[in-house]
Formats: sequence, structure tokens, C-alpha cells
Amino acid sequence: MKRDLCLAALARHRTDQIVVAVYHAAFDLMRIQPHPLNYYSVGAMGLASSNGLGLALGCPDRQVIVLDGDGSLLMNLGSLVTIAEAAPKNLIHFVCQNGTYEANGGVPIPRRGEVSFAGFARSAGYRDVHEFAELAAFAAAIPALLAAVGPTFVTLQIEPGEESPKDYGFIHGPETRKIFKTALQGRRRP
Amino acid sequence: MANPTVQRLQGAQLIAALKASSIEFIAALPDITTVEGVLKPISRDAHFRFVRVCKEDEGVGILAGLSFADKRGVLLMQSTGLLDSINALRNNAVEYSLPICMMVGLIGKEPGVLPKESKDYGVRIVEPILDAMGITRLLIETDEDVPGIEPAIARAYRDSKPLAILIGRRPEAAP
Repeated sequence: MKRDLCLAALARHRTDQIVVAVYHAAFDLMRIQPHPLNYYSVGAMGLASSNGLGLALGCPDRQVIVLDGDGSLLMNLGSLVTIAEAAPKNLIHFVCQNGTYEANGGVPIPRRGEVSFAGFARSAGYRDVHEFAELAAFAAAIPALLAAVGPTFVTLQIEPGEESPKDYGFIHGPETRKIFKTALQGRRRP
Repeated sequence: MANPTVQRLQGAQLIAALKASSIEFIAALPDITTVEGVLKPISRDAHFRFVRVCKEDEGVGILAGLSFADKRGVLLMQSTGLLDSINALRNNAVEYSLPICMMVGLIGKEPGVLPKESKDYGVRIVEPILDAMGITRLLIETDEDVPGIEPAIARAYRDSKPLAILIGRRPEAAP
């Protein structure tokens, strides 16, 4: 599956969710669906799942979608256990699996293709775990995935799609987080 | 009757200071300095939402997320965990200027000895590292220091800046 096509399919079903995205998924998201509730977790690799958990606990009335990477998650595998223990019903954790550290030169992750991230999540105690390698199947499943009670874990077997601009200045700029916080505070459900 | 010349640090006072600071969330890994006097009582206290983390930098990320929702939290950990979280603090706390508040047990510090004068290398380096990162620090050695916690946390949230509350001796557990 092309990552950008997966994210475009997901974007079609997005309403008021927070989306926490890492590196290339973040750049794809910026191109496909710029949105004030996009949170770009690119400053400290591995923290996206923890940022997402904090947002989910702090905003229990809003769904939080994490778009993680396999290399990123390997840096914070313990967060799977932490999330399963905290059990936020409003968290859905996607992992884009490409088997590489794509943002750092595309070198393979350890045990590429041999470890099961879904297995990690299942063992940690996520409520539901799903795996997708075909875009049509994933696209068809999105409404049910977003409607389910979390924490939910979803792996996407992906490869890079169309190249997205890499605007690190925007992602790291203070205005980006100001926009996010303003949107979060101003659009809470009653 | 307690000997008035003996310096004390009571865990209950630290917990009261966190409550007075409107702290709702505690992310924590066990810290040998504060485990009996602070962590265990907090884990049983319905006032707090207690989040057990597997590694301290997770707590930095969690508190960052909470801060955007205007929820106050404290990361309770020992100084080794602080050292392990430098990169997360560098980005989420300092570069992104977020109110990441930490309560850090100085494992190995001798009571009544300044951290910089400790015989323990891991203790001696904590304050210089925080200073190099520009993270405000507050040393809590006795009950007399505890009143400084509430205004320090208030400033951290007002200015959206990180704060490290360093615990210099084992707080007593409530009887």
C-alpha cells in the first residue's frame, strides 16, 4: 500500500479527531489534510504514542489517532504496555510498517519483516488489533475502526507514495503548536 | 514528641503541595527516594489519575500531550530516569516550551548535603545538566522547602516552561 493513499483514505473519514503523526506520515498528512488538529510529533523520535496517550487522557471527549512508524515505535515499545494499562477508549494507534528508518536514510530496522508489531500490541493488551496490507480492505474497514472502543492498534504494510514537501520549519515552529492548542481549546464538544 | 532539631521531609506535605497546585495526573516509575512517602500514597489517592509508565521519557511525552489539553501533571521519577529522558526533555519540554513538571528523587544523595557536593557522580551532574538545558530547578530538602513548590508549579504553567523539583532526602511516609 502507498502510505499517502492510506492516509487519504483515512482522511475521508476524519471529523474532529486529533491526529498525531510522525515524520513521513506527518509530511504526507500536511499535504493531504492540513488541519489545526494535526499534531506533528517529529522532535524526539519515539514519543508519538506517548504524546497521543497524553492527549487522549486529557481530551476524553475527543478521539486521538496516532500515525506511528515501525522504527519510531521500536524506540518506545514500552508505551504499548503503558497505553494498554491506561486503556484510553478514545485512542487508535496506527503503525505504518515499511521496515526502515525512512527519515534517516532508509536503513532497515532490526529484525525487519520478522517481528510482529501486531503481536506486540496484542500481547501488551490493546483491546483490538488489526493488520492490513491491501488498500481496499483497509479503506473498507476504516469506519468500523474509528467507531470501535479503544485502545485499538492497526498495522499498515506500506511503501512510500508521492513525495511530500518536508517543511521542518513549519513543523517545529511555535506557531504550529499555538494553532493546535487554540483549536483544541476552541472546538471541544459540549 | 518529635525532636525539633531533626530535619524532616514529610511525603504528605509534598502530596498536599501537588494537590494545591491543581495537579491531576501523575506519571511515574518507582523512585527509591520517594516510593514510600510519595508514590505509594499517590497511587492509592483517588484525587490523582495515576499513569504507570515503562520508561521515564514516556512520561515527558504524556505530560506534553496533557498540557495541550490544559491538564496539569507531574512526572515522578528518580534522577537516573531524568538522565534517561534528556532528549525528550530537550524537545518536548525546552524547544517546544511546554510546562513539563517533574519531581525527581536524587538517588544516592546524602541528606543535608548539597547535590553539587554529593559523593555520588550521578547526583552531582543533575543540577549542571538542568542548568545547561535551561530547566528551572527547585531543591526540596526539608518541610521548610515545601512551600516553594506551589508557586514554582504556578510559574511553570503560567510561562509554559519545564520545572524540576529535586527531592534531596527520603520523604517520610504518613503513619
